[in-house]
Amino acid sequence: MSSNSATVPELPGVLAFGLRPLPLAPLAAALDLVVKSAARRHPAMFARLGDQAGKRFLIEPTDLPFVVVMTPRADDPEILVVRRGEEPEADARIAGPLGALVGLIHGAYDGDALFFSRDLTVEGDMSAVVALRNALDDAEIDLVAEAASVLGPLASPAERVGRLAASVAEKITGIAFARPRSGS
Amino acid sequence: MTPTLAAHKPSAASAAAWTPKGKLELVCPAGTPAAMRAAIEAGADSVYCGFADDTNARNFPGLNFSPAEMAEGIAYAHKRGVKVLIAVNTFPRAGEPAAWHRAIDTIAQCGGDAAIVADIGLLDYASEKHPNLRLHLSVQAAAANPEAIGFYIERFGVKRVVLPRVLTVSEIATLNKEIACETEVFVFGGLCVMAEGRCSLSSYVTGCSPNMNGVCSPPSHVAYSQENGNFVSRLGEFMINTVPGGQPMPYPTLCKGRFTANGETSHIFEDPASLDASLLIPPLAEAGVTALKIEGRQRSRSYTDAVVRALRGALDQHARGLPINARALMALSEGATTTRGAYQKTWR
Amino acid sequence: MTPSDTAARPSLTLGPVLFNWSPEAWRDFHYRVADEAPVERVCVGEVVCSKRLPFYQDDIPGVIERLQRGGKAVILSSLALPTLVRERNMIKDLVAMPGVLVEANDVSAFPQLAGRPHAISPLINVYNEGTLAFMEKQGAVHVCLPPELPLTAMAPLAAKATTATIEAWAFGRAPLAISARCYHARVHGVSKDSCQFVCNKDPDGLEVDTLEGRRFLSVNGVQTLSDGVVNLIGDLDAVTACGVSSFRLSPHTCDMVAVAQAFRDVLDGTITGAEGEARIAALMPGVTFANGFLHGKPGHQRIALAG
Repeated sequence: MSSNSATVPELPGVLAFGLRPLPLAPLAAALDLVVKSAARRHPAMFARLGDQAGKRFLIEPTDLPFVVVMTPRADDPEILVVRRGEEPEADARIAGPLGALVGLIHGAYDGDALFFSRDLTVEGDMSAVVALRNALDDAEIDLVAEAASVLGPLASPAERVGRLAASVAEKITGIAFARPRSGS
Repeated sequence: MTPTLAAHKPSAASAAAWTPKGKLELVCPAGTPAAMRAAIEAGADSVYCGFADDTNARNFPGLNFSPAEMAEGIAYAHKRGVKVLIAVNTFPRAGEPAAWHRAIDTIAQCGGDAAIVADIGLLDYASEKHPNLRLHLSVQAAAANPEAIGFYIERFGVKRVVLPRVLTVSEIATLNKEIACETEVFVFGGLCVMAEGRCSLSSYVTGCSPNMNGVCSPPSHVAYSQENGNFVSRLGEFMINTVPGGQPMPYPTLCKGRFTANGETSHIFEDPASLDASLLIPPLAEAGVTALKIEGRQRSRSYTDAVVRALRGALDQHARGLPINARALMALSEGATTTRGAYQKTWR
Repeated sequence: MTPSDTAARPSLTLGPVLFNWSPEAWRDFHYRVADEAPVERVCVGEVVCSKRLPFYQDDIPGVIERLQRGGKAVILSSLALPTLVRERNMIKDLVAMPGVLVEANDVSAFPQLAGRPHAISPLINVYNEGTLAFMEKQGAVHVCLPPELPLTAMAPLAAKATTATIEAWAFGRAPLAISARCYHARVHGVSKDSCQFVCNKDPDGLEVDTLEGRRFLSVNGVQTLSDGVVNLIGDLDAVTACGVSSFRLSPHTCDMVAVAQAFRDVLDGTITGAEGEARIAALMPGVTFANGFLHGKPGHQRIALAG
């Protein structure tokens, strides 16, 4: 589980290129649902952010053509997806390969180590970045479970489908879209 | 004025054996409830943590425990036979000691196994108000010799001292023969080069200090930038380091920066290496140390999991009389360079 | 009526020489202080490195006698980080000397000092009233607060003090850290045990600059100090008003008698704080002054006099 750059998978270039022309609206809508649902499911995570929750973060997967803009307020979380080059002003920016960002959310990688090895670039308000990192790390988020939970009563079957899809996607991209279990 | 100096009266409750004799206790960091669970799962004998405010020396945004999380964490740990040591190891603010007193009271109320304290006034409060609360002397008290440690035992009944990172292994062995309490030493993680609790470098630069605010080189004062193709780190108004683009950049902890003195530029105080004393486990055990501490409450739970697992393995190997695997922890060290720090005299 | 109207006249303490001065310089400095400096107390002794002491040890009795003849109370300073047996035993020698107050620079001095009047140095962590009360109970009659304490902390401490005189770090590079490692030796590429006393090259400390060439810190053997010279001469009104009644001047190679006189004159109201600042600036050309700690700001900053 070490986190030097050799272990952070890069999204295959062909795949990233293929994603470029896709419209962003459906992705933004889906992310918005997931984040609003996550705010309900993980109140402690948002509480942990404290007064950093009002800060605006740019999350930039460097191997994808878009940037996620997020303000993780507990009562009114906001998430946008914009094309690279169209980012608004923000308090902090976290950039890295999608694999590193997803691994960070899952707690599979150590943020300090990723930053040290320069797999991750952080800029701007470091208090905000550190608070977000710590809050995410405590929340034990699983992206597949978060995405599935949006579907309410269908969550459980959707999660099974999602895990299957995630494992297929992992085979293609090398990125673990579902949270690896402890000790792995 | 004739001072009256009552020595601490040991309570019956604290006389019970704490650690099985001959077994080294592995004390692991828990920055968040999730990290606490990860440390316990990975083989911690005890975990240490703090409240989410400036009463403890890892007061980072998003880190630490609310009183409710602390109570839950203690229950979780105790169910698994793991002890919870709670750091209240900053120095209470003059005129506003209530938050620190409340932290001590909360530990006593929710069954914390020990409070880790540095301030003399707070030790006085804790030993008076909660005579059954076990007290450990924080590394922030920097008690490094028998007279200092003896003072804390005599006056406040401390049961264990976390030794500052200024002593060699042979000095620790000698010390253990001269003091009447347990010792806990750092085995892995970040390394202070200065005597802990006696350093104001951070407040000179940022206005925030470990002693008063529980932070050193706080992220709120860190700035990174690209300048002429180099990657630059600054703390407050001062440049701490610069590396060519693409090369590894350590966090700008100010005593680990590169500076110029006497015409030469170097890491004047300390290289950005982290402590790895895992190979010294046998001599440390031999030196009479009770507990080995892993630094890193500010690190992620994946780091906690990996380091605790590796050291659990090393301790178990040692217990079975096997040699320690030196490579297990290498990849986890910041910058992959490690030092045995002050444990070896050449460090000085 | 403000508290300062009723308080005794604020006093000045000359701190111990923290740097490695030649024995002659060390002795002559104290002789001159004894004869000329308007200070009430003088601290004598080695705080930073026990290896330096043999060079001037034989001069200490003469210096003490001369200081006492000059009407100064003598305080003997203990070591900041005693680890060797020889270093730990030094405190016993200090306590055995008659007619002087011993100042603790480390908690390890407490078992020897408890129950008798003594002083507490700025290297001991007195941050709050609980600790201060404990120190007073132990017999502390003079407490110099840590240099990083802001005025907002000094005020409640001075208000709660019952028997101890409360002193503020008022002049000199601030001691910021102490270590087992000798940075002078490290910078000069020699080991601590065979250091050749390279710290004697820098009687005010060795400057440490940032990579941009900005002045930053200074190194004095195992001790790290600020580059900026703390100077509270412009803040004396505010500090005395909150009940602090003594000020510590830490020796540098500049004219310390003149520094002490400037502080004395401001405390006596003979000159203003601004005039005092100007006088001290003239004594130390090219030096950066700082008072950020007092104002709860980064310690290197200089907060200008109000009005």
